[in-house]
Amino acid sequence: MSEHIVPVKVYISIFLALMVGTAVTVLAAFQNFPGALNVIVAMTIAVVKATLVVLYFMHVRYSARLIWVIVASALFWMGILFALTFSDYWTRCWLGCT
Amino acid sequence: MAESYVEHEVSHPALQHHFENLEQQREAGTLGMWVFLVTEIMFFGGMFLAYTLYRSKFPAAFAIASNHLDIKLGAINTAVLIFSSFTMAMAVYNTQVGKRRAQIISLVLTIVLGLGFLGIKAVEYYQKYEDHLIPGSLIPGNPFNPDPHEMHLTPGGSMQHVQMFYWIYFAMTGMHALHMIIGVGLLSFLLYFSVKGRYSPEYHNPVEVIGLYWHFVDIVWIFLFPLLYLLGRHTGGH
Repeated sequence: MSEHIVPVKVYISIFLALMVGTAVTVLAAFQNFPGALNVIVAMTIAVVKATLVVLYFMHVRYSARLIWVIVASALFWMGILFALTFSDYWTRCWLGCT
Repeated sequence: MAESYVEHEVSHPALQHHFENLEQQREAGTLGMWVFLVTEIMFFGGMFLAYTLYRSKFPAAFAIASNHLDIKLGAINTAVLIFSSFTMAMAVYNTQVGKRRAQIISLVLTIVLGLGFLGIKAVEYYQKYEDHLIPGSLIPGNPFNPDPHEMHLTPGGSMQHVQMFYWIYFAMTGMHALHMIIGVGLLSFLLYFSVKGRYSPEYHNPVEVIGLYWHFVDIVWIFLFPLLYLLGRHTGGH
């Protein structure tokens, strides 16, 4: 498998998308959305921006399957870290707190 | 197999003897960098976990503390870092296509933008120092002691919880800044060998893997900016 060279046009588009994403996240932060919607909007924009960086700037979209597995493993273990920790904190008072 | 032995005889000077060819060497290097980045994701993950936990415990104090951060400087720094990621990507591209002058210019721009980010961060840290917001007694003679009126502390809000936000703020942005300083050092190393003409379309793995590291540091900031600077703005921050 030979190396894929990403065209400059793609880099410029990703750069502009990241800048727009930054502007949108600042504007959205000042809107008073109901409930937890503010943090959901902010995190969705951040995840989209990070995904663009990983896929295009870091070339993962054009990389070998092995790289995909490595990246996925990082997300999987992050999931374990958060899921196990919060399954503890969220359930501590189920048997009554003193 | 016979063909690859012929290749070896005229192999590139940068090809290490334990690799079959430059292609294999490049893929092994990239894979190694990604494995390192996974450990980095877990390292920062622990701090993101602490942030999430304490924010869910003390939402009001975290919003008040966050509103005291300088949103303009934070947003400008986000743009500076994204721009530096773009110039880093261009450095890799220009190396791949063999444009050496453009490669050197891209690296210089990336270093300048990285230093610009650190400069703006230093200005922010100094503002926190002046407002007595450095947590604990990290700075002798200037303990954590913000003006309660200036913090707009609501009844029931605890200054201890505000301080917890600043512990997390300085731990996360401090570790991020340390990664930036290391990144600028690595980029200076790349620039030195670029000027010497070491990297070419055939051999440029160091540019590629240091680029991966730089983009990773950018991604950490993409999450830090909304989590630290924007979390309480809708509650009437300024």
